[in-house]
Amino acid sequence: MSVLEVTGLDVHYGLRRHRRQALAGASLTVEPGEIVGLIGETGSGKSTFARAVLGLVRPSAGRIVVDGEDVSGHRDRQWRALRRRGVLQYVFQDPLRSLDPDLTIADSLLEPLLLKGIPRVEAVERARGYLPRVRLDEELLPRLPGELSGGQRQRVAVARALITEPKLVILDEPVSALDAANRVQVLEILKDLRDTGIALVFISHDLGSVAGIADRVAVLYQGSVVEVGPARDVIAAPEHPYTKLLVGSAPTLRMAAAGRAEREALRALLNA
Amino acid sequence: MTALTEIPVETTVDPVLAVRDVRIRGQVDGREIVKGVSFTLAPGKVVGIVGESGSGKTMTCRAVLGILPPRFEVADGAIHVAGQDVSALSQAELTELRGSTISAVFQDPASYLNPSIPVGKQVAEVVKVKKGFGRRAARQRALELLAAVRLRDPELVYGQYAHELSGGMLQRVLIAAAIAADPRVLIADEATTALDVTVQAEILDLLADLRDDSGLALVVVSHDLAVVAQLCDEVLVMRDGEVVEQGPTSRVLYQPEHEYTRLLISEHEQYGLDRFLAREGS
Repeated sequence: MSVLEVTGLDVHYGLRRHRRQALAGASLTVEPGEIVGLIGETGSGKSTFARAVLGLVRPSAGRIVVDGEDVSGHRDRQWRALRRRGVLQYVFQDPLRSLDPDLTIADSLLEPLLLKGIPRVEAVERARGYLPRVRLDEELLPRLPGELSGGQRQRVAVARALITEPKLVILDEPVSALDAANRVQVLEILKDLRDTGIALVFISHDLGSVAGIADRVAVLYQGSVVEVGPARDVIAAPEHPYTKLLVGSAPTLRMAAAGRAEREALRALLNA
Repeated sequence: MTALTEIPVETTVDPVLAVRDVRIRGQVDGREIVKGVSFTLAPGKVVGIVGESGSGKTMTCRAVLGILPPRFEVADGAIHVAGQDVSALSQAELTELRGSTISAVFQDPASYLNPSIPVGKQVAEVVKVKKGFGRRAARQRALELLAAVRLRDPELVYGQYAHELSGGMLQRVLIAAAIAADPRVLIADEATTALDVTVQAEILDLLADLRDDSGLALVVVSHDLAVVAQLCDEVLVMRDGEVVEQGPTSRVLYQPEHEYTRLLISEHEQYGLDRFLAREGS
């Protein structure tokens, strides 16, 4: 069974003449134990997609099924119940936003477990057990988020997301704010997690940053998923003109993948 | 090398920018945050500086522009812009130098524009101040500049406000303002970092055009080695204030000597697009 099935998702913002469509029939399916890279540039609707799946915005049409549960018509109380179960978790770009600055690392990690109703002693035990999986040292537990480096904080955010043993984690630009060494480390941690059977949706504006870790890549353009497939196929042989432009624009160590004339022609095609 | 200032720069192929063993120190704690940077830049050439935040790349640029933050100083070394020793210039002379000889664009274009004045008018203001043009001539020149940075409808953009333009369009406006007084060196410090990849490619194209058409020399600063690889003849890799590797771009990319450069490259090869494209190409 798929962990996530999104079908024909529409999301609108604003009212009457300010009404603007952010998602237009977006569909995506995610299986257990895979990393799906969701790529989209400014205004593509990628953050709206994440927010809709997490129940933070209400879709105007379409269906979202999380771990077999149709959440499309859920009210706030049902969303809260779903979140408490910890099936669905998230990691954002800025870990200072997903971690309470006034809670110690230990308390941040324990909170989701205590919410789930797990006794404190057992929760502490489990939190300790998670630290090695995200390559963090136990001595960080009594510290505050502000006392940690950006890379350490993001690994705490990942640990906090995982500690309830979710089936699906939505990561919105999780490594964009990290330096090279920390980026590689977080990516390796995510790969290890995938191998334990968790499904990950890795959202990014940058195809390059997910190319190496996503099993499948979905390209979001103007509110719709215009192309989806194995990462290798999408990058080495893109089909949709927008995907071609995206791949062709990405800086690589061997210069831009596409020549300038080719990119300008694709841009003209998309604007036509 | 004060004699250089006497030679009209047009008749020589002397570097437009020469940075020699520059060290920057915080006056409060005496800590050196840039520990010896050297490079020279000839007209129409591009040098790249790669490094993460805190590596000293931006402080190096600020020293070159003469805009180090308070309580930081160039403790050693020399910076020559078009033959002039920057350390020997007064504040007034430095202000004159900026814009007309050396100019810069940074990461967040919106923060350099006044939100309540149309962007075209702000470009025209630079032309008025730096070139001494009258109001009408300045407007005309500003329109030409907006066209030169490939904004599709310069007349329309001229009258628009910053909030009406996309990040890529704003960065084009800032580049137009930066080249308004025909500088010989343009520093682009993370100028494409906040932009979408497809827009970044267009801005890099624009910088390449400016280099080719007017012989503008560029200093391209980025945390991303691949961005620098697109344009640069020479690359400096900085870490913790030190230049750990420096050389022609192809040498640094294909025969990196320092382990940190190797980490940056392997990140692209293992986790980036190169993983798929390199095999295709080779």
